[in-house]
Amino acid sequence: MLDFIENLLGIPAPLLFGQLLLGLINGAFYAMLSLGLAVIFGLLNIINFTHGAQFMMGAFVAWMLLAWGGLGYWWALLIAPLIVGATGVVIERLMISRLYKLDHLYGLLLTFGIGLMIEGVFRNEFGSSGLPYRIPAELSGAWDLGFMFMPVYRGWVVVFSLVICLATWIVIEKTRLGAYLRAATENAALVQAFGVNVPRMITLTYGAGVALAALAGVLAAPIYSVNPQMGTNLIIVVFAVVVIGGMGSILGSVITGFGLGIIEGLTKVFWPEASATVIFVIMAIVLLARPAGLFGRA
Amino acid sequence: MASETTAGAIAPVTRDESGIWGFSSAQLAALGVLLIFLGVAPFFLYPVFLMKLLCFALFACAFNLLIGYVGLLSFGHAAYFGMGGYIAGYTAKAYGFTPELAVLTGAAVAGVQGWVFGWIAIRRQGIYFAMITLAMAQMIYFVCVQAPFTGGEDGIQAIPRGALFGSVSMASDMSMYWFVAGIFLAGFLMIHRIIHSPYGQVLKAIRENEPRATSLGYRTDDYKLVAFILSATLAGVAGGVKSLVFGIATLTDVHWSMSGEVVLMTLVGGLGTVFGPVVGAAVIVTMQNYLAEMGAWVTVIQGAIFVTVVLAFRRGIVGEIAHLFRVKL
Repeated sequence: MLDFIENLLGIPAPLLFGQLLLGLINGAFYAMLSLGLAVIFGLLNIINFTHGAQFMMGAFVAWMLLAWGGLGYWWALLIAPLIVGATGVVIERLMISRLYKLDHLYGLLLTFGIGLMIEGVFRNEFGSSGLPYRIPAELSGAWDLGFMFMPVYRGWVVVFSLVICLATWIVIEKTRLGAYLRAATENAALVQAFGVNVPRMITLTYGAGVALAALAGVLAAPIYSVNPQMGTNLIIVVFAVVVIGGMGSILGSVITGFGLGIIEGLTKVFWPEASATVIFVIMAIVLLARPAGLFGRA
Repeated sequence: MASETTAGAIAPVTRDESGIWGFSSAQLAALGVLLIFLGVAPFFLYPVFLMKLLCFALFACAFNLLIGYVGLLSFGHAAYFGMGGYIAGYTAKAYGFTPELAVLTGAAVAGVQGWVFGWIAIRRQGIYFAMITLAMAQMIYFVCVQAPFTGGEDGIQAIPRGALFGSVSMASDMSMYWFVAGIFLAGFLMIHRIIHSPYGQVLKAIRENEPRATSLGYRTDDYKLVAFILSATLAGVAGGVKSLVFGIATLTDVHWSMSGEVVLMTLVGGLGTVFGPVVGAAVIVTMQNYLAEMGAWVTVIQGAIFVTVVLAFRRGIVGEIAHLFRVKL
């Protein structure tokens, strides 16, 4: 089988599978981040430009918990999203909530500014070089899958993010809370008339979306070095992912995220020079063929 | 959720006063101040600083043509600014193009790029438009990192200023300044002319209510695309001039943070005002100049300005002044 692949494609199988795995991991982050963006956009009608900075904050809070508080990875997985989500709640209450009656573009400009501030503060505090974060002992090592060595942590990231995406989907599509959320997305005034506290729901939704970004940040901390710029470049790619998928459907975001991660990984194998631009090219093609996005409603 | 039309703080469409060349009397006064400043400033201020300021002012004016008059927020204008700079720098250095030819070539390439990207981006509106333009610009950034002619991380260095029309040497900062000031003024007046042409009136109609403009029989996509190309071309002019002034073209000018900076300049000055982008560029460039040694705090301050302007005074400096005195600026 392996020989067959190597003969057919002319590339070593470990390289192919290694890049596929990296692609899957990137896809996991694309999926989780675009999921958060879609949830926030659905209710607040703003694109959360701070999302990248909040992803970075998640990684940094994990690092701080370990370095300053002695709390390890598993605690960070729980606490960091809560802390960063709480800052999101404050940001929404203090600033974003003042813009709902204005053009949506102001929300984008505001969150961009907040993102700049957060990134600048962290760069002052921690420099740009990046801090290491060790893989927890339970997840270190690698499995021998026969055709490749699979680092346990990377497998964990893919599985865990799939679980989180699925859980988000269940909450939004199958629970009473999710029903309120979907109803408010369609018609906030009507839902409020039924006695639901829509402003609080909006605040908590923003907090939850931000917490999702922070959770992705904690997952990313042992893989990438923890540095202030880790979120910004990622979030621009995630914007392209969101445009490709359309923000209409939760499962659509997840499928698009993972799919594009894999495509990016494969591009690294077959045409490394194009790997940085392939997602943007796909975005252009999708816009020409289906302007609303693959899963979007026109 | 009720939303005002794009950029709700922008002055509403009013019948143009019958001023001279479409300028209101307040605008004429402001133009006079601007002309005097352009003529006098190089004798008191460092010409290179002034040239930098004028490049960014033209860049911001070009950006404002889209956001202020068509209501399109392009979050990737660095792509045209930076590409204009690279092409102008490369042609001046490798082929010995004269400065005016180098800038024109850079602008032409930026314009073609704007044509292609605009054609793709105008398929979506509002927030999506902003995200698409940002993503396209990021693609150009990665292309510039890898392409052989840009020099990668080093950029193009030691770009010669050359001689205007092959005869007037631009080596001294003073002669270069008059060249830059001339280009800025031409670009500024051109944008003013575009806005006040019948074509510009249709653009404003699209900004206020696109479906209605469509129902009146205007092919709004064509109008938006032409505006996008014009804006990208002028941004390319600004970038080309900047690379000649400093003799260097680098990745900084195609980076997304440059796209953010031009948004900030225009926002601070006042979206949809004629003089706002100029004032905004002056404020931001001056600030960067004085705070240069503060490192990453500049980013924090810029972010804080973004937040303050969006929350507290969305009209911008010039917009607030115009509102205060009930004039058009």
